Amino acid sequence: MSKISHHLPESVLAAYAAGSLPYAYAMVAAAHVSMCAECRAIYEAHQCAGGLVLDDMEGMAVSQNTRRQLMDSLDLEAPPEPPAPRAFGVYPAPVAELLGDGGPRWRKVGGGVRQQILHYDDAGSIRLLSIPPGRAVPDHSHGGLELTLVLQGSFSDETGQFGCGDVEVGDPDLEHTPTAGEEGPCICLAATDAPLRFRSLVPRLIQPLLRI
Amino acid sequence: MTPDQEMTEQTRWMLAVRDERDKRAFVALFDHFGPRLKAFVMRGGTGPELAEEVVQEVMLSVWRKAHQFDPTRAQVSGWIYQITRNCQIDKLRREKRPLPEMIEEEADSGPDAGDIVALEQESAHLKQALHRLNPEQREMIEKAYLGDLSHTEIRRITGLPLGTIKSRIRLGLERLRHELKSMREI
Ligand SMILES: [Zn+2]
Repeated sequence: MSKISHHLPESVLAAYAAGSLPYAYAMVAAAHVSMCAECRAIYEAHQCAGGLVLDDMEGMAVSQNTRRQLMDSLDLEAPPEPPAPRAFGVYPAPVAELLGDGGPRWRKVGGGVRQQILHYDDAGSIRLLSIPPGRAVPDHSHGGLELTLVLQGSFSDETGQFGCGDVEVGDPDLEHTPTAGEEGPCICLAATDAPLRFRSLVPRLIQPLLRI
Repeated sequence: MTPDQEMTEQTRWMLAVRDERDKRAFVALFDHFGPRLKAFVMRGGTGPELAEEVVQEVMLSVWRKAHQFDPTRAQVSGWIYQITRNCQIDKLRREKRPLPEMIEEEADSGPDAGDIVALEQESAHLKQALHRLNPEQREMIEKAYLGDLSHTEIRRITGLPLGTIKSRIRLGLERLRHELKSMREI
């Protein structure tokens, strides 16, 4: 396993720890932190800092009623905990959980590239991409920030090379053509807060159909 | 592992809850954190009734999930903070927060008291640093961890020296390195 060399920016990890990251980005953060001890330490350090803010709060009296109810519920049998999500193949636990049983259900999007949209709402989208060795994803730009995490293989584009566990942070003005490495298919998890816009005409026409 | 004299009260309470299911220790934890939690949740704009519900839910999770508490990776307040934010997001935003893969500890790789005290000391230093910030900076930090800043606004946060606590947590994770490695090889 090659070493991870492209990490999440600290501000993203801080926002993730503080719970203020939109869902799509939080999913990429959860997946990267599952794979990267470095970023996990930063994320957990921010949780510690959050704890200090909590500990510094000037307390407000909690009602006796709440206290009593709480103490009474200690002896109640806890509802069974759902089993902690587990990694599945190349998919870290949080992604595997979102995927559900049986792994990805790929759909072709052209040029041999396949994808599955895992989540889509007004605040953004999460999708998995599978790019055949040596092939490129159509040139595209995006309205917002795009986080792309490599789960298998590698890709490279105008900004550099990204291997397993690496995250590319695409600024809104980044126009890039990610090309998979020759060693095998590249699988990525990508999150944006805006629909992708393809530059060439045909992809743009089919975009609404594909929801990309 | 025997609780060390140097450990903070909070950690000793939490370990007694985790390892001995000690209700008196839990009451002590509740008396310390309950009121702070209520204030924390209300500061985020939640009314008193709902805030008490959150307090109750969070503290019940503290009791039920105590086995997940790892004092070499977070001081008690940090661990409770995380449970609180998860609870707030689930309850108020009606959204399931994506969480990283859990790392379970091997039975024989337990931390020693020295590791625990070392992390506590780092968090005490961090607290002092927090108190040395000017009021404006401090307000920014508070807002950030309350979840009141967007992820783009959070970029402006500076002034918290997290370096040493990061490396401490990293050591705690190293202890679990075996698990992290096996996770990658699945
Ligand atoms: Zn990283």
